[in-house]
Amino acid sequence: MAKIKFKLNDKFVELDTDPNRRLLDVLRDDFNLTGPKEGCGEGECGACAVLMDQKIINSCCTPLANVIDKEIITIEGFSKTKKFEVIKDAYAKTGGVQCGFCTPGMIIATESLLNKNPHPTDFEIKIGLSGNLCRCTGYNLIIEAVKEAAKAGDGLW
Amino acid sequence: MKDISTSINKVDNEEKISGQAKYVADIKPEGMLYAFTVRAKIVKGKILNIEYPLLPEGYFVVDYRDIPGQNIVKVIFNDMPVFTEKEITYLYEPIALLVGPDKNVLSKLIEGVHIVYQEEEPLFDWIDSVVHYHFDKGEGKRAFSGKKIIEFNYETSYQEQAYIEPQGFIGYMDGEKTTLIGSIQCPYYVKKAVVQALGESEDNVRIIQATVGGAFGGKEEFPSLIGCQLAVALKKIRKPIQLIYEREEDMLVTTKRHPSRVHFKAAIKDNKIHALSADVGIDGGANIGLSGVVLSRALIACTGAYTIENLDISGDVFRTNTVPNGAFRGFGAPQMFFAIEMFIEHLALELGVDPLVFKKDILVKQGDYTSTMGIFRDPVLMPEMICKAMEVSNYQEKRINYDALDSYKGIGMSWFFHGCGFTGSGEKNIIKAKVRLKKEFDKVEILIAAVDMGQGVKTSFRKLVANILDIDIEQVIFNNPDTDAVPDSGPTVASRTMMIVGGLVARATEEVKKRWAEEKFIVEKEYEQPSYIKYDEEKFKGDAYPAYSWGVNVVEVEVDKFTYQVKINKSWSFYDIGKAIDERIVIGQADGGLAQGLAYGYLEVMNHKQGQIMQKNMTDYIIPTAMDMCPMETYLYENPYAYGPYGAKGVGELSLIGGAPAVAKAIEQAIKRRVFKIPVTPEYIMELIKNG
Repeated sequence: MAKIKFKLNDKFVELDTDPNRRLLDVLRDDFNLTGPKEGCGEGECGACAVLMDQKIINSCCTPLANVIDKEIITIEGFSKTKKFEVIKDAYAKTGGVQCGFCTPGMIIATESLLNKNPHPTDFEIKIGLSGNLCRCTGYNLIIEAVKEAAKAGDGLW
Repeated sequence: MKDISTSINKVDNEEKISGQAKYVADIKPEGMLYAFTVRAKIVKGKILNIEYPLLPEGYFVVDYRDIPGQNIVKVIFNDMPVFTEKEITYLYEPIALLVGPDKNVLSKLIEGVHIVYQEEEPLFDWIDSVVHYHFDKGEGKRAFSGKKIIEFNYETSYQEQAYIEPQGFIGYMDGEKTTLIGSIQCPYYVKKAVVQALGESEDNVRIIQATVGGAFGGKEEFPSLIGCQLAVALKKIRKPIQLIYEREEDMLVTTKRHPSRVHFKAAIKDNKIHALSADVGIDGGANIGLSGVVLSRALIACTGAYTIENLDISGDVFRTNTVPNGAFRGFGAPQMFFAIEMFIEHLALELGVDPLVFKKDILVKQGDYTSTMGIFRDPVLMPEMICKAMEVSNYQEKRINYDALDSYKGIGMSWFFHGCGFTGSGEKNIIKAKVRLKKEFDKVEILIAAVDMGQGVKTSFRKLVANILDIDIEQVIFNNPDTDAVPDSGPTVASRTMMIVGGLVARATEEVKKRWAEEKFIVEKEYEQPSYIKYDEEKFKGDAYPAYSWGVNVVEVEVDKFTYQVKINKSWSFYDIGKAIDERIVIGQADGGLAQGLAYGYLEVMNHKQGQIMQKNMTDYIIPTAMDMCPMETYLYENPYAYGPYGAKGVGELSLIGGAPAVAKAIEQAIKRRVFKIPVTPEYIMELIKNG
């Protein structure tokens, strides 16, 4: 057990818990943040993605010890932002959502990519999304969504 | 009023994008326990003794002794136990559940279960036929005598559905009512299975669909097994329980696409195909389940998109000591269309005829007899679609250019169809779909058992009803199916949802429209088979499907000269699905289906070694990432089917079927060798090139 402090969705939080626990479990079980999903539990599918200091990480492979004093933003926190609104509208407009299980992770990947690179090329988008598996869409409409978000949100990132 | 095909935003976008949609793992009733599955560690044999560790307070073992009803999972063929009692027929066959409040304690307890087995020799060869079908058309076998014969063998391997959300349920007792919430395609399949396993009355079993994170057939019959297991546990323990698989368990024990072997033989007369014989085998795994139905869909598709007058067709489901195989988008058709598309091409080459000319000559026309002597009644738009396909992909020019020896590029084209709805008399005799609409003031609620698993049912059905009534989509209600609320409109499978269930809903809506002035009322409709559709299941004679969707895929590839890695550069798709109820939804389905079909052809490798599935996670089993996908161009054709809503036919499965043969043919051109099996991996390409 250890005292662990980090910033979660704009609030400082403190837990007294096992630092080996997976961030994903802590988010889902202790904070009831069920937007991050468990798809594979080994960092392949990206359904559990969250932002750590604005960069995408797989929360299923992140022990809690690694987030001490970091800032974690889940889809629940991100969905309160203006950037989210732009990305959401873009995914809706292009049809980038089917079963939705990968979607929160894809949204996080989109934000992480646009943060780093506000005007990505098709190839850069593919690289940016390549850590997130989707079995429904074949990715093309998601790639369209990222392009649309970059265009509609020009200046935001 | 707008054309119904004009796209609208999906009704569940908001909740899914914001992470608010509730999947089964997101639902946690107070005091919920967890269930882990105790599994066999041998492939075949008998359990002689099981010793469970001492269970702490609040932990339970649930096994066959706790089953109040029958220890059989009700599927189409009832041969799978809920928990095995003694006989082990495949590795990791479920024996019991361990249930309790702490997952860490459960994992330790499960390691402490000691089972003594008497091992037996497992069977992996395809020799134990448990389903055998045969049918003829025209002269059958006689057509072969005295003719020139050309024959080849084709093979396909496993494919894993790889939905991103693993299988699972949570359940609780609501008084005497066993209630399950699950990631499922077929609420009533689960309900009927649970009713039988519990020996309960219908009223005491309730199945509710959670948001489903992908299914692709994988959540058709498999959930009936774990639904029954959980129901038995609930009856015993009477506390809420979660049974959700981790990825590894899901990959190792859930149903997959049947591996297949097809031996084709053609009788040649005047340098044309006079007769075709097919000998088809599929690996059912340890249980038959749906395998017979998968086989019959495969056999009926034996001629592909071509009309061949004389047929001698037979097939077997073989039982082996491997994980049971089952439903996967396409349901036997992807295997058969790969085989027949390659065979017809190979046949033309053997005969020294341009494959395009050879194929166009025998392409199905309206009015032709199907393989089972049904009739292709509706217009067949394939010539127009093929013409467009060749034009936009610049097929012929590329075909010539890529023939250059060292190009390592290829372009391939596949032609295919999908029979929409259940095979044969399934709709009429087994499913008997019922739909209900509830009108209250200015609102209409759609009450059906169809599941939105990403394919957009909620949006397209609300849109359908709103369009017919000329009201706002917000006035139409569609909640996730709950067997206490909705009638049995059948399972969400077989590309039947819009065509069959949507057709019924459209007819019910017309009645609502006539009675709109009334404040509150209910309209129900039950499926009636079009009178001209008659099918004899035993003899494989008659119309196996009420309608057919058609497709053309063109794929361009490049093969790395040194590593033999295949890269897909571009694809073009042409689909006749009757009428799109929402164009963007259909395009999404088309892209996703093709991605799965292409990957089936060259990327996704799954196999077993002595009954052990060798790919146990998403690292071992490669599905396409964004990096693997090519730009996809899709063209939709309108060709209304009289009984489908606005003319809609089946969509879901069609787009998976043509991917594998198209990519295989493109690779053939790139490597100048003939391909006989999928997936066409770099290893297989190397073998082909080495062997000349």
